[in-house]
Formats: sequence, C-alpha cells, structure tokens
Amino acid sequence: MHSDHAIIIGASHAGAQLATALRQQGWGGAITLIGDEPSPPYQRPPLSKEYLAGKRDAEHLLIRPAELYAKHDIQLRTGCRVIAIDRAAREVELGSGERLGYSKLGLCTGARVRPIEVPGAGLEGVCYLRTRADVERIRQRVTPGGKAVIVGGGYIGLETAASLRQLGMQVWVLEMMGRVLARVTAPPVSDFYRRYHEQQGVNLELNCQVQAFEGGARVERVQCLDGRCFDADLVVVGIGVIPNQELASETGLEVANGVVVDACGQTSDPDIVALGDCCQQPNPYAAAPIRLESVPSAMEQARCAAATLCGHPTPNTSLPWFWSDQYDLKLQIAGLNSHYDQVVLRGDPDSASFVAWYLKQGKLLAADCINRPKEFMVAKQLIGRGGEVDAEQLADEQVAPKALLADPTQ
Amino acid sequence: MPLVRYITAEGNEYEAEVPVGNTIMQGAVDNMIDGILGECGGAGACATCHCFVDTDWSDKTGEAGDSEQEMLEAIPGADERSRLSCQIEVTAELDGVVVHLPAAQF
Repeated sequence: MHSDHAIIIGASHAGAQLATALRQQGWGGAITLIGDEPSPPYQRPPLSKEYLAGKRDAEHLLIRPAELYAKHDIQLRTGCRVIAIDRAAREVELGSGERLGYSKLGLCTGARVRPIEVPGAGLEGVCYLRTRADVERIRQRVTPGGKAVIVGGGYIGLETAASLRQLGMQVWVLEMMGRVLARVTAPPVSDFYRRYHEQQGVNLELNCQVQAFEGGARVERVQCLDGRCFDADLVVVGIGVIPNQELASETGLEVANGVVVDACGQTSDPDIVALGDCCQQPNPYAAAPIRLESVPSAMEQARCAAATLCGHPTPNTSLPWFWSDQYDLKLQIAGLNSHYDQVVLRGDPDSASFVAWYLKQGKLLAADCINRPKEFMVAKQLIGRGGEVDAEQLADEQVAPKALLADPTQ
Repeated sequence: MPLVRYITAEGNEYEAEVPVGNTIMQGAVDNMIDGILGECGGAGACATCHCFVDTDWSDKTGEAGDSEQEMLEAIPGADERSRLSCQIEVTAELDGVVVHLPAAQF
C-alpha cells in the first residue's frame, strides 16, 4: 500500500470533480486520476447537443484546462484502464500489468451504453452516443438530406434528433413505448415533445420495436417487429446505460443497481468511495437508494466524497435536478417525480412555455419546467423545504411564481 | 489576457487571467476558485454561478438576457447587481473586472 495516495478510477465528471475537490479540501497526498479515454476530462451533456450540432469544438468541451491537473499536482493518466482492484494489497492493476498502491480509492467508473441485441447490430453505421469518439463517428455519417433513424425516444434520442434535424438530416425516432420520455415524464409532457418534434419535421414512430438492422457493408434499413421498415444512412441507438460496477463487484464490494454507497459516498470498504453514474446512494428525496445519471448529482457527490476521504464524512443531501436542451426548448427538471399521484399544469403546452408540477398526497415532488426558468428556481426552493404547496395556486398563472414561495399554511 | 478579480463573501480576493471569449464562470472553475459551481457547464440551466458584478463594471458587462433575468429574480439574496457568470463573456474591455461572490450558491 501507499501511505498517502488517492487513486481515482474514471476521469469523467465525477472523477475530475473528485480530484479537484480533494485538493480544494486540503488533501496533501498524491492524487492519480485514471481514465480510459484519450482526452482529459470533458463535458458529456453537450455531446448530443452543441458538439454534435457543430456549435462547440473539442477544446471547449474540457471540464478544466488540461494543464490544470499538473498545476495542482494531480497526475492525470489518460488512455489507461484499471483491470482489477486488490483490496488486500491496496493496489490497482492497470491493463499494462503495472500496479499502483493506494491509501484511498475513488470509483468513478460511470456507465456504458446498453447494447441493442438484434441481428445486424454490429453493422457499420449503427452508432451509440456516450463518448466524444461516438459523436465523431456519428458526424462522419451526417449528410444533409440523409436518413437518420434513432432508436429510443428518451432524452438522448430526442436531443440527438433535434441536433440532426438542425444539421439537415431526415430523422425518424423509433420508440418502443406508446409515448416518448415515457419513463421520466407525465403524458402531457410526452405529448408536448412529440408534437414539437413533429413540427420540426421529425417522424416519430411509437409502439415500435426493432427486429433487425439490415444492409451489406453498412446499415441500410431498420426492420421492426410489426412490419414497419425504415431506410437508414445512420442509426443512433439510445436505449439506456448499464453501470460499470464489475471492478467493484469482483473485489467484493457490495453492488446492486450500481455500487452501493452510504450518504457520504462510502462503499462497504471505508477507504473506497464511489460516485457518479456507477453508484447507488440514499437520497433524502427518494424513498429508496437511487442511481442517478446526472452531472449536477455527480458534482455534489464529488464534493461530499472528497470531504469524506479527507476525514470529514459529509452526507449528500442535494435536491436532484436535470436539464435538456432541444431546439429552442429549455427543459429544467427539479426533483424526482417517481410515485406521483397528481400532475398539475401551469401554462398552455401549445405556447411551448409551461410547467408540469408533480405532487404526491398534495406535496410537491418535482417539476418539469419548459421555457420557465423562474418556476424552476421556485420549484427547487419549494421541494427543498418539504413541498408544502397549494395545487390551485401552482396552476394559476395570476399567482406570480415568487408568490408561490409564500407559506400556504399562513 | 484580461484579469478577472473574484471577491468572496468572506472578503478573500482571487485574481485569474481569463482568455477572451471564455466566461467569468469558466474562469473561476478553471482556476479552482471556490464560490462558483457552474453545475450545468454554462448552459444557463442551473444558476449555480450567481455573482454580483461590481457597480463600477456593470456598464461593461451588459445586461442579463430574458431567461437569465427570470432565474435571477428567483434566487434568494439576488439584487440589481446579480448576474449568472456563465453568461458574461470576457472581453479586452473587461480587463480588471471585479465580481463579488455570494455566501452560497443556491
């Protein structure tokens, strides 16, 4: 083992933030940040948006300038993969066979795309969207007027559809369920996004399950179970991700849907924290431990885990929030809407500016705010203080957003 | 390179050279200055890069856009000097600009 060496496995949002947060919080020992991609840590949210659309270059994707890590004595090892953790020896083993000793370990291994398992899935031109290299592969196949078929009507699929439309492609989105965003939003929000995409010229095919990809050297067609068939020059599959938890489980750490950690980020080994998309953590806003795929959550977890590794266990109590940009629509989501029993709308979806408030037993759980930044800020505050609201006021446009913050019990 | 001066709520002052075209938020993040989080990476979605532009500089930093203004109006403790620092692009004219950081981001 090494006397004072923090090793961080995974150099995306969680890992990059953990490395710098450790320094900011006074970690005096060595820090090694190991990532398997060639680039220094970069931002993933713009990949399906500005980066795919060509509005941002690779340099402006970096979370921090490449030279910052060395400046703060953080050894960044890119293009480098950890293949095993030896907890007894307190060492990690790299793909090259090299072994590095640690005193504290951060698991920030993230998630990988869920592969689609149908015939033809390996054909050239069947792409996924998770890494910068993925987007570069997609961009090589973008041609104005060309046909893009997107499998999956979740956020990644819809953001990709919007970007490819802006690049002049013909776009089809194939969604297995009866509505887009089915797992994450209420029907009025799904309906709004379906109509908005259709107005932008996207062909949305619901209740549509892919049976096979067909073609010669490259994908040419997507065949669906019910007989529908779509020509394709490019396919982008966005059907979810799988947490990278094998390193943890192989070394005997507790895993479920993600590496199991406590509120402070600690795994079942007190010298190892896990954070970001790879971990499952208790959250004051969720009934059971939850695995969040969210940059803001990863950043907050990193601040808490860094403090924990520095000897000051700090629980993550932050309110989850998310965002998605499509066309000129800014969606900001505050809170977690699972198990809601009531949806209240404020504003008319046809105006492309409205809020869907999610309540359970009269208390506010979450809000989907479409082009409603003020309500988003208000929702964060309302949910953060327990969700006491008056549903009629939430719906009433005559009540100013800030007035919703007045205590309804008084 | 223009110099940006960040003054924390406790009165600590940090200086950072920020390339023209980068934002005041990115300048803080790139230099590990506490007090600005920038959780959404500059998409104008989170308001965790709230700052108060020193009144001597407000003419040069310009005014908040509509969406930014709406978010500012709902941030606890915001006032007429408030901006989201991810929406202020550094220019040569802003060399020496002073921004004050709130005690907490919301």
